[in-house]
Amino acid sequence: MSDTPSKPWNPYVAGALTGLLMVASVWVSGKYFGASTTFVKATGMIESLAASERVQAMPYFLKETPKVDWQFMFLIGIALGSLAASLASRTFAVTPVARTWAERFGPSLKLRALAGFFGGILAMFGARLADGCPSGHGLSGSLQLAVSGYVALACFFLGGLVTARLIFGGRK
Amino acid sequence: MELIQGLVTGILFGILLQRAEVDRYDRQLGALRLLDMTIVKFMLTSILVAAVGVYLLKDLGLVKLAIKPMILGAVIPGGLLFGLGWGLTGYCPGTSAAALGEGRVDAIWAVLGMLVGAGLYAEAFPTLKTTLLAWGDLGKITLPGVLGVNHWVVIGVLVVGGVGLLRWIEKKGL
Repeated sequence: MSDTPSKPWNPYVAGALTGLLMVASVWVSGKYFGASTTFVKATGMIESLAASERVQAMPYFLKETPKVDWQFMFLIGIALGSLAASLASRTFAVTPVARTWAERFGPSLKLRALAGFFGGILAMFGARLADGCPSGHGLSGSLQLAVSGYVALACFFLGGLVTARLIFGGRK
Repeated sequence: MELIQGLVTGILFGILLQRAEVDRYDRQLGALRLLDMTIVKFMLTSILVAAVGVYLLKDLGLVKLAIKPMILGAVIPGGLLFGLGWGLTGYCPGTSAAALGEGRVDAIWAVLGMLVGAGLYAEAFPTLKTTLLAWGDLGKITLPGVLGVNHWVVIGVLVVGGVGLLRWIEKKGL
């Protein structure tokens, strides 16, 4: 045993295992991976604390009832699995600002928080409009050969390439 | 039961995301800056493996597909908007949870923004339903359906094309 952090797993091996996990999930639970609907449900639950009747009457929350379901627990599991794996591999590290962000913009928490927050708003509004995120469209849609999955995945990367170019320029 | 299955599946997926480092801001932006294709290797491999597995089980009548509709007015602008925001925040909805789990506390800004974004979308939904969401609805179409070929032909082409792309990425040292 040593205290040095473990090396990351090969992305092909981890990807193949993820593929098998997705197959098992569809077979055992009948569930395809997805993540963004849970944010709708969580927001609905939070808004219900302040204005329960209003939330109950909103069409989108009638479509996506704010309650804890398979996907909600799936997301909680992702956080727990990552916590366990990072502790076991000694790679858990409290990181307030991502390394490559800090290299470009410095260690300011405020700037990172602003970009993270507004980026998050745009990303989730877009994901809900598209009806999926890189999990729901990118993985689950593509593996089912859905046209919407491939179109969404292409748009995700296209939009991301534009922002990355804008904020990092052409620098390597 | 469904809740426990979700939790267990999530834990396993979280372990894979963390150990492959694909939940990191640096890896996600690395792909978008065309410097580091780790997430492309991870995603493409998982899609190819799962496509073979799920269609095999479907042919055996053991699983059902759940295809999302191709609505031009929704998927294209929604996808682009997601991408623009993703490049700024550096986390997607699934990886933000994994990032928080391993101490990447800047993911909390992404999560908070995403909760607000979901709330704004819920407000805008009645308007969008009669506009963008109603434009160019092509239904729940699949590649084999559109091309009029057997799904194994499409999967075969995807596997060959995907492996070719990954070999090219490796040759370029990305």
